[in-house]
Amino acid sequence: MAQKKFVVGCFDDEAVLFPAVKQVRAAGYKIKDVYTPFAVHGLDHALGMRETSLHTAGFIYGITGTTTAISAISWIFTKDWPLNIGGKPHFALPAWIPIIFELTVLFAAVGMVLTFCYLCQLAPGVKKHRFHNRATDDLFVMVIECTDKTNTDDLKALLSAKGALETDVQVAEEGWWFGTYDNDNEDLYNNKQLA
Amino acid sequence: MASIKEQFEIPGKLKTWSYALIGVGAVALLYGMFTKGFSTDEHEQVHFWGTLMYNTIFWTLICNAAMFFLCFSTMAQAAWMQSFRRIAEAISTLVPVFGAITFAVLIYVVVSDKHHIYHWLDAEAVAKDPILKGKAGFLNPTFFIIWTTLAIVLWSYFGYRMRQLSNEADVAPMDAETAKAFNIKSMVRSGFFLVWFGLTVASTIPWLWLMSIDAHWYSTMYSWYTFASSFVAGMSLIAVWLIYMKNKGYMELSNSEHLHDVAKFMFAFSIFWTYLWFSQYMLIWYANIPEEVVYFKHRVQGPYKPIFFLNLIINFLAPLIILMKRSAKRNFTLVAFMAVLIMFGHWIDFYQMVMGSLMKEHVSLGWLDFGVLSFFVGVMILMVARALASKPLIAKYHPFLKESVIHHT
Repeated sequence: MAQKKFVVGCFDDEAVLFPAVKQVRAAGYKIKDVYTPFAVHGLDHALGMRETSLHTAGFIYGITGTTTAISAISWIFTKDWPLNIGGKPHFALPAWIPIIFELTVLFAAVGMVLTFCYLCQLAPGVKKHRFHNRATDDLFVMVIECTDKTNTDDLKALLSAKGALETDVQVAEEGWWFGTYDNDNEDLYNNKQLA
Repeated sequence: MASIKEQFEIPGKLKTWSYALIGVGAVALLYGMFTKGFSTDEHEQVHFWGTLMYNTIFWTLICNAAMFFLCFSTMAQAAWMQSFRRIAEAISTLVPVFGAITFAVLIYVVVSDKHHIYHWLDAEAVAKDPILKGKAGFLNPTFFIIWTTLAIVLWSYFGYRMRQLSNEADVAPMDAETAKAFNIKSMVRSGFFLVWFGLTVASTIPWLWLMSIDAHWYSTMYSWYTFASSFVAGMSLIAVWLIYMKNKGYMELSNSEHLHDVAKFMFAFSIFWTYLWFSQYMLIWYANIPEEVVYFKHRVQGPYKPIFFLNLIINFLAPLIILMKRSAKRNFTLVAFMAVLIMFGHWIDFYQMVMGSLMKEHVSLGWLDFGVLSFFVGVMILMVARALASKPLIAKYHPFLKESVIHHT
């Protein structure tokens, strides 16, 4: 749990946000993330984030479900408890396909939901620092990590020049924690409005 | 948009190839017609007319699928396909052409009383057969001819109306009011097509044209399965033309984002096809009732076994495995390969739907099938190229075009 210094810039237009992201990155700053009220197409590319591995995880879960279903059903119906069902062969693959399919979907779906929560650090009780409340409403909030050498005034000036409506510097928890929000930061959460 | 190439010049090579294909096809077609089609041997007749039937029906339905694609996208107010809508429009101009051939073939089969193809044409047999008697209200020559005529004429007409409306997007920029009216009008016109499509391709037409070959047998899945088959092949045809045009330096506004979505349709509807195909198969396999199983007996355990499994491999396993990855769907070469493979696969599917019922003893796949196929491919290439050349390639004042240009998946 480390506290870090961040510079925050708020934008209200995608068309302004994209060039700003490019400029800030080109100037050598490290953008932690951009918090947006909705999914913005292409923003992940603009931020230079790598492709998510959620699909690969989903595929692996799906294949696991398929394998589980095939091995379980075939063991039950051919070795453990063979039954004569309508004179069909014990190894009655067509009849199993629906169950194999369902188990594939179930494994993939549940696995992917859990993986998604893990990747996004979402769980009951998990708290993360909110850089700006209006990121859930109508603002795109760009958060830039500072190093020892970062001149926050320069950076704020750059953000303003690129169209940020509001900029500020926050020292905040970088990761997540269990529990409640700090009272020290109360002013941050008291519905700070733009002038 | 100054650099956009709006006018398609048909390359000489394309013409040469399509004439060559049509030539080869016409020779096979004529030779087949005189040696088999008008032969006195009923077996030979069935071979020729059956081959012609499944080819014309296949090509009519997949060209119609292009208009279906446009119409449901319009209905959903989708914008992403606007950058290549003229390709789908060009493909759909073939519906009247292939429709006329289908019409001629089917009407000939019905009028000349080819009851070896359609058993229900045999009035004597129907009179003695309680099952066929029960179906006689639907399966009779009069209804067949009327419904076939209506289907083909209305597909062509509603498709023509859609294409006419699209021309308005070439004339001048639209202000908000005009664009709104244009959008509503597009949706109304696509509504007509979609309703008629639902009443024909998604229900009655496959029953009449294809399922009635096995006059006693029926499956409630059949029409949807045929529709899925023709639709996925139709999307593949759009993909092939899109990639061809990109390759020739046209369609600058369409890129791998658009290809990605087209390939998603190919992938998703391959799965959908399998779902329907398997639902039909599994229920019949499970119930194991003789009058139903008769359809699959020679297909799964008889001479059609290789075709049956080839069908499953090409149309399900290959798209599932190869098109699953995102990078595969954005790869022009791979999608082109898969599109051709899927079209071939569904051609094989139509082959076994028709010939699997007409010639149960052996698989007749040979020079006649590929000859007739080459005729249709040749006609398709030539006519689609001409249709593309006859109009600007981009509906440049379409209200949704911008949304398509910036499309991002």
